[in-house]
Amino acid sequence: MTAQDLTALLPFIVVSAACLVVLIATAVRRSHAVAGLVTVAGLTAAFGLLPAAASVAPRAIGASGAGALVVLDGYGLFFIGLILAASVAVAVLAYGYLDRQEEHREEFYILLLVAVLGSMVLAASSHFVSFILGLEILSVALYSMCAYLRDRAISLEAGIKYLVLAAASAAFLLFGMALIYAEFGTMNFSYLAAQMTAGAYPDRALVAGGLALMITGFGFKLALAPFHLWTPDIYEGAPAPVTAFVASVSKGAMFALLLRYFSSTSAARLHGVFLVFAVIAATSMIAGNLLALLQNNLKRILAYSSIAHMGYVLVAFLAAGDLGPEAVTFYLVAYFITTLMAFGVVAVLSPAERDADRLEDVEGLFWRRPVLGALLTLALLSLAGIPATAGFFAKFYIVAAGASSGIWRLIVLLVVTSVAGLFYYLRVLVAVYSQPAESAEPAPRLPLASGVVLALLGILIVWLGVFPGRVLETVQLAVASLRF
Amino acid sequence: MILVWLIVVLFSGGVLAWIAARWNEAAARWISLAAVTADFLLSLELWRKYSAGAHFLPNGPWLVDFNAEWISIPLAGVNIHLHLAMDGLSLLMVALTCLLGIMSVLTSWREISQRVGFFHLNLMAILGAIVGVFLAVDLFLFYFAWELMLVPMYFLIAVWGHERRIYAAVKFFIFTQACGLLMLVSILALVFAHHQATGVYTFEYADLLNTPLSRGAAFLMMLGMFLGFAVKLPMFPLHPWLPDAHTEAPTAGSLILAGLLLKTGAYGLLRFVLPLFPEASRDFAPAAMTLAVAGIVYGAVMAFAQTDLKRLVAYTSVSHLGFVLLGIYARNDWALEGALVSMIAHGVSTGSLFMLVGQLQERTHTREMDRLGGLWATIPRLSGIAMFFAMGSMGLPGLGDFVGEFLVLMGTYYAGHFGLTVAASVGVLFSTLYALKFIQRAYHGPNTHQWKIQDLAPREALIFAPMIVVLLWLGVYPQPVIRTFQPAMQAIQQFSNAPGEAPPR
Repeated sequence: MTAQDLTALLPFIVVSAACLVVLIATAVRRSHAVAGLVTVAGLTAAFGLLPAAASVAPRAIGASGAGALVVLDGYGLFFIGLILAASVAVAVLAYGYLDRQEEHREEFYILLLVAVLGSMVLAASSHFVSFILGLEILSVALYSMCAYLRDRAISLEAGIKYLVLAAASAAFLLFGMALIYAEFGTMNFSYLAAQMTAGAYPDRALVAGGLALMITGFGFKLALAPFHLWTPDIYEGAPAPVTAFVASVSKGAMFALLLRYFSSTSAARLHGVFLVFAVIAATSMIAGNLLALLQNNLKRILAYSSIAHMGYVLVAFLAAGDLGPEAVTFYLVAYFITTLMAFGVVAVLSPAERDADRLEDVEGLFWRRPVLGALLTLALLSLAGIPATAGFFAKFYIVAAGASSGIWRLIVLLVVTSVAGLFYYLRVLVAVYSQPAESAEPAPRLPLASGVVLALLGILIVWLGVFPGRVLETVQLAVASLRF
Repeated sequence: MILVWLIVVLFSGGVLAWIAARWNEAAARWISLAAVTADFLLSLELWRKYSAGAHFLPNGPWLVDFNAEWISIPLAGVNIHLHLAMDGLSLLMVALTCLLGIMSVLTSWREISQRVGFFHLNLMAILGAIVGVFLAVDLFLFYFAWELMLVPMYFLIAVWGHERRIYAAVKFFIFTQACGLLMLVSILALVFAHHQATGVYTFEYADLLNTPLSRGAAFLMMLGMFLGFAVKLPMFPLHPWLPDAHTEAPTAGSLILAGLLLKTGAYGLLRFVLPLFPEASRDFAPAAMTLAVAGIVYGAVMAFAQTDLKRLVAYTSVSHLGFVLLGIYARNDWALEGALVSMIAHGVSTGSLFMLVGQLQERTHTREMDRLGGLWATIPRLSGIAMFFAMGSMGLPGLGDFVGEFLVLMGTYYAGHFGLTVAASVGVLFSTLYALKFIQRAYHGPNTHQWKIQDLAPREALIFAPMIVVLLWLGVYPQPVIRTFQPAMQAIQQFSNAPGEAPPR
């Protein structure tokens, strides 16, 4: 391992170090403030070190006979940056949220940092080994994060559900990988790519089976229909900041990997794989948007909406050319910001004993707490794809990518289902702008740091919606480095 | 730059009003009034300059043009421009927007007493977005402004509306958003078709005009865009959102919906659908015209059947906008001029009727005709003005609507659609029925419910003066309006007629 390799890995090292510092500090003396500060500082420092890592990019690390384990190229670093930025937001929101809890708040940050580390590995992974390693680091931390508030039955239920289903999906993934390894004798993405493009695979059934199992695993992780059944329960049960993390970082990292894997192996171009993904995208858009209509719980509505949104992203994923990956990446950026905002508002509204996730909790929010109401409005409009918000341009980009490669049926389905989606976003909006009930319990005070984060997210939503040029350029550069 | 100001003034006025309302609600009203009035004066000044003999700019039939880079994606070679331009058509539409904007602020002066600041923010945002729609010549910018109109209108209905406001607001939002997305798909399809033919990504109106398209593709794109505009128009049978939205909205909302939002649909057809897809529009014209006539008759009959005054007026819009659609697709000079005059006249007369019904509801707390009657005796001023605008709506010669509808019928006849002309004329007959019913049931007859209410104060009556003047002016001497519109109309015709084909007479 050379000095340059270490430079490239600096963000990883800093996050791991921060994790250890919090661990040791908590062992010596419990202090919520210290744990939170170290976490935010560590994540920010890791983010600040990205330019240093970028200066030696692209860098393949672990290059032995088996091929590189992780690749730190522009694409990977872009996603790592996104993950780190989102995690800072989650950490700040979690601080305000946990501050209302009585006990054991510090361990949360250890778990969070571990989960961030796992996500970063996923975003940079170029090998089945690092893939499964990153995935497990992320998942194991997430089980406990979901169940973190032990005295809430619903939280425990979420944790156990996530444990069982994530373990099952990991099994699917592993078996799929094994089948593909059996056929090609390599686990490195670029080696796989070389062999697949050469068309040198005698046993098609083995490859098809392997891909099918892997797609199932991906589907579970990304909560795509028909593998979405865990989503609403876990969204509802997990504490709001954890839900924000699951919805943004964990899915984003997985999509980053999916994009890298399939675009480097160009397996998505295989007719059968394309068809499977198209069907999954279609069912996700339909199921997500229709099932959300039946919900009365804000977190569950957002859970189903996330299923639909992942379906939209999959449409862009299937679009050929450069526009597809760009649209995926841009959409994920917009989606990160928007979901963090939505769950962030839920988090700051939540009193100590439960999450403020019923529709009644946001009733008349705009008149009671104008700023929070306006921010939640912004998030909902962005999810619905209304102009002057990030979601608008992101959806525009997906439709553009789809139109450029002529997948008209999926595009039309996207349009039709997102109209159905309007119903439930409007339902929440109606609540936000309705007459506040007299008896509404006063929401807890807005912690300053959370307020700053939410305000920044709000500015970002509008900025991305009106002047997306700069971010688009960065996205394009990142995606351009994906082609090797 | 003046075009940017037109929009910026409105938006900043709205934000200022919102902030000011925290301390003083009257200040919010004055600020927004000042903002729209400033815009109105700006547009009049532009009109004056133009009729004094301004020349076209070299890059198209534009009088004023503003172009700045907005979103550029160098790697893909996409440039989206903040491109605003104004020709006679958009000039007239912007002037109408500002005039009705002033009316909407004045009419909410007393009606809106809760959340005044937020109300004016939304009001100004709608007006700003509408001006943006009328000025945008970059298709991305156009779509942006188009969608931007929705949200504040939704709030206007959902927060300050009447009894079933939520239902109406959601219905309005979903109808227009659904068809807006179809329009987006069409725009993108057109852009990519242009890219395939020329290798350039552009959203620029002037560049996209001559995109070579296969017949089938052009037809599908035309249909998508047409649907987007037809919902706003609204064309029968895409109108179900309209009666609810108009009825439940506060007066200012109904005024803007009827007077302006519907016009954006007609404007879009004129500006985009006809010139961008000339052959496809020609193929589609018979269908569109048939639906237009169906709308004329249906709207009039439905209006006649209503007992709710606001609903009645709402249905007349379906009928009047049917004339506009008929005129647009007949595509000759007569019909297009007629469509334009109809658009303006309808904005003024129907807008005024909504204001009058609003005044009446404020006083009587009802819109049901059965609970009214014989009001002339107690409120002669309001009744007289209502009579005037009802006559306008029914197409009395000498008022604007008559000129528009007459020209449209002439044009349709000349275009060789004898049957449609006859059927549309029957619609005019029905409009007499609903207008007379409106007057008779509400204002004439015995005052069976012993209404004793306050008449319009002279100041309130004065608000209607400009509307009356405009309607009379359009009815007696519409020439300045037509002259302003003519060059734009010729440009539209030039693009929408196949080379070598004589325009349909």
